[in-house]
Amino acid sequence: MRGPARICAGSDTATAQPLQFRFDRRAMQGLAGDTLASALLANGVRVIARSFKYHRPRGVLTAGAEEPCALVDVIGAAGREPNQLATTIALQEGLIAESQNRWPSLKFDVLAINDWLGRFLPAGFYYKTFMAPGWAWERIYEPLIRRAAGFGRVEAIAPAQGTHADTVHAETVHDHADVLVIGAGAAGLAAARSLGSAGLRVLLVDQQRALGGGTRLDPRWQSWRDSICATLQRFANVHCLPATTVVGAYGYGVFAALQELAADESVAFAGLRERLRVIRARRVLFANGAIERLIAFPGNDRPGVVQAGAALMYLRRYGVAVGRRPAWFLNNDEAYDSALALRAAGIECAGIIDARVESLAADRARAAGIEVHAGAVVDAVHGRRGVSGLRLRDLQSGRQRKLDADSLLVSGGHSPSTALACQLGASLQWQDSIAGFVAKLAPESGRLAGAARGVFGMAAAARDGAEAARLITAQLNAGTQPVDRALDYDPDSPLPPDPEVTGITALWEVSGRGKAFVDLQNDVTAADVRLAVREGYEHVEHMKRYTTHGMGADQGRTGGLVGSAVLAAALGLQVQAVGQAKPRPYAQPVPLAALAGGETGAHFKPKRRLPLHDWHEAAGASFVSLGLWLRPLVYARQGGWDPVLVEARHVRGAVGITDVSTLGKIDVQGADAAQFLDYIYANTFSTLPVGRARYGIMLREDAMLLDDGTTSRLGPQHFLVTTTTANAASILEHMEFQLQAHRRQLDVHLTDVSDHWAQIAVAGPRARAVVSAVVSGLDLTNTAFPFMAAGSAQIAGIPGRIFRISFSGELAFELAVPAHQATAVWLALLEAGKAHGIRPYGLDALNTLRIEKGHVTGAELNGNTSADDLGLQRLLKLNGDFIGRALTQRPGLTAAGRLQLVGVRPIDSSRRLRNGAQLVTAGERSMSLGYLTSATPAVAFEGWAGLALLTDGRRCFGERLYASSPVHDEFTEVAIVTPHMYDPENQRVRA
Amino acid sequence: MLRINCPWCGVRDETEFRYRGDAHEPRPEVAAESTAFIAYVYERSNRRDWHFEWWLHVGGCRRLLRIDRHTLTHEIRSIADAERA
Repeated sequence: MRGPARICAGSDTATAQPLQFRFDRRAMQGLAGDTLASALLANGVRVIARSFKYHRPRGVLTAGAEEPCALVDVIGAAGREPNQLATTIALQEGLIAESQNRWPSLKFDVLAINDWLGRFLPAGFYYKTFMAPGWAWERIYEPLIRRAAGFGRVEAIAPAQGTHADTVHAETVHDHADVLVIGAGAAGLAAARSLGSAGLRVLLVDQQRALGGGTRLDPRWQSWRDSICATLQRFANVHCLPATTVVGAYGYGVFAALQELAADESVAFAGLRERLRVIRARRVLFANGAIERLIAFPGNDRPGVVQAGAALMYLRRYGVAVGRRPAWFLNNDEAYDSALALRAAGIECAGIIDARVESLAADRARAAGIEVHAGAVVDAVHGRRGVSGLRLRDLQSGRQRKLDADSLLVSGGHSPSTALACQLGASLQWQDSIAGFVAKLAPESGRLAGAARGVFGMAAAARDGAEAARLITAQLNAGTQPVDRALDYDPDSPLPPDPEVTGITALWEVSGRGKAFVDLQNDVTAADVRLAVREGYEHVEHMKRYTTHGMGADQGRTGGLVGSAVLAAALGLQVQAVGQAKPRPYAQPVPLAALAGGETGAHFKPKRRLPLHDWHEAAGASFVSLGLWLRPLVYARQGGWDPVLVEARHVRGAVGITDVSTLGKIDVQGADAAQFLDYIYANTFSTLPVGRARYGIMLREDAMLLDDGTTSRLGPQHFLVTTTTANAASILEHMEFQLQAHRRQLDVHLTDVSDHWAQIAVAGPRARAVVSAVVSGLDLTNTAFPFMAAGSAQIAGIPGRIFRISFSGELAFELAVPAHQATAVWLALLEAGKAHGIRPYGLDALNTLRIEKGHVTGAELNGNTSADDLGLQRLLKLNGDFIGRALTQRPGLTAAGRLQLVGVRPIDSSRRLRNGAQLVTAGERSMSLGYLTSATPAVAFEGWAGLALLTDGRRCFGERLYASSPVHDEFTEVAIVTPHMYDPENQRVRA
Repeated sequence: MLRINCPWCGVRDETEFRYRGDAHEPRPEVAAESTAFIAYVYERSNRRDWHFEWWLHVGGCRRLLRIDRHTLTHEIRSIADAERA
């Protein structure tokens, strides 16, 4: 009997609950509680995947999230998901999995030829080979590489029939705690109990579905674990989160963790699959253990080469023996546990090859009847699709001998998990006693305990966890009341004793013929690392990028340190001088769906609806999303310019009404309000009389235009600033910043009233007749209420404000009323306007009107234009300080050659204009002289109208150029005119 | 992610605040040479050290805070309302 099999009951599996599943179309049976990996092993399956580059057969190496090899596609109701770890997938009834990276089949794979061509595919192969000729890249190399590259296959995850397309698969949850304990092994459990009994709020997270970590592999620890878990249940201040992996540490006690819901939980939460937990904690305790590492020896990737600790886990938890005649290759005493356990379970042991000459564990193994070859290494593995034997070499005599075995259980020692602590800025310190790095963390961030701190042995870890908890409790010293002193941890209470051990002797690589891997996921060999050194990539970060060592989804957790050690040997350095590549979030793959949570589709960002939204919708408006706002674009369902131009013509010829509530509105009050506005605006507001409005421009300190709008003086110490819609939030911030940073002595109060006031513009030659009909208490005749007047009045019986300002270029009034009364006023205006043929107009018509008139918006206030560029230089005040004053004087801003605002009209009125078209001279290869910023069909005259930024534009009025848009194949002769293409004398607004 | 202890609102996430830049240089007086303004606008050091910076608490009290932060470790050693800074 050879190969893996289930030999007994496991702690996690339910023998009475068989589950059917399929792997590569083969029907198999597993047990409830199995992972896919343990179920496959129980069915005797050793080859699970083909490797990334060489397409070598690969099996299961580990029993957890650090697995580099056993990646499969899982095909579920939702579609095909690639790169799932067989070692972490909980087996379910009907599960369908397929192997990856093989064609046509796992047994026979065409690209396995790469393995024999290996000498021609060294690290950096792509960089060196696919260089020339240039045309070959797109046509030959890239398609070829794309087909060969990557793992697995994604297939559109389409909602199944009858399910809701909008099922949310992930959500975000926020947790707060005094102490976050990562890892619920001996150290984490002991610490959580101690912290919990001290009254601190504790969050205990563990990657596994069951708490206990390593204690679950040693039956002597069961009663201790059960009692501590029962105690934790009783603490209201301790919250345990199993199946939760911390994936990122962001400083200030902020962590991200991914919680995976079991199948039954998922059903209970309507299909929810995972939660992204954002954890905020005052302190962290890393009790996340250590990871067993590889040894780089030829053939260390063969199916049947399994980590010793993983073999113990498969036996204890699933009753699975990874082989029925295993051999061991190790260099430390901890790894002997698996040999003693498998021997006790009745497994025939082929022998233990220990690189050390003597050890206490070897004596115990011999006493149990296992042969130990001390002072020897494995330098060859036989069997291509699975271990069939191996060759060992005595280190002293050099004598080689063969050993018959069906699996090889390997342990190169244990590396404390340091990735998360390093994300917090911890430094790495070398510890000879464990031949590994330990993270050194600032105590104000948190602490490490147990194997994560290099303290191996379960009893030692439990004591270490309790001690770390005591130090953290003293540090937080929260004045909290102990919950129950009797429950506090007693360091002298009897714990199952740790065996006496002999220390590890570092062993990284065994030389020999054949590939010795340091990264099994990315197929990086020790020889690749040496090649990187020969080619000058000597720094560990450069070596990583050149060879892709540690860049896989497993983050090189089983081979990372081995690669560093091979690099160090090649450089003639100690491994501590080389260090390890810096780990960054995420510590393990996180589905994009988990990051998005519920913020998808319509919930991706909030929607802001106008106070009159319902009316616009009922009137048949098409909406456009601008920023967060939904604004009526045109009151028609069909596209095209026609309905827009009908609306715009109506404003020019009669009267239109539009909703301008999105404008930013800032209420400025205080004794120094006028003085403050003089500082914020480039023009003067202190001279503005009460009851008047003025157009103003704001500059940035570098003299570029920031925003524009009209500001009205409502009282001696009371102004209302309006901003463009897009800048409503940022201008408020700008003013608040300036007031608090640079004008803090001023008595000014800023209040955002944007949402309080709905604002309605009534524009057109008949606007006065319409507005007069609904306004009482204010004389709106031209003399009493001239252009740029501002005042208060009753509007349809509602107290509001009236501004005689115009964006369209026509006689216009803007009426502001409290937002919740907008509909009443709007309806009253429509009623009053009936006789005059009033009709609503949308954003497109508004844009047409303002382009003809030459009013600028965000397209022209693009951050690169100065007041002079846009012809607004006459607004700049000559005296006094204002933002942007000093740098307006820079010679470069007034020199010739700057882009200036002009109007553009096609000579042939049947030709159209386009935003972004370049202005050029007729000659071929003309330099661009400028470009169109806005374009629209005109209603005031025939043809199109555009605004453009043109080099020395104001000196070009009357000249002819070409608007060139090569992507549309358009080359249109245009006349350069004043931007004020409609009513340049501004008569109509004063009518 | 920074957690900022706002003197008015308590400890809050960085995402509630808007960074408003370097708080080392005072804005030059109105009479200053334009070279002083050019230095103020453009010539800032990118220091790896303790750094005064402005943060506006837009998601809270809307007060401007001057924060002394270390650009390498992100440690914050003092926070004050701009009015008292």
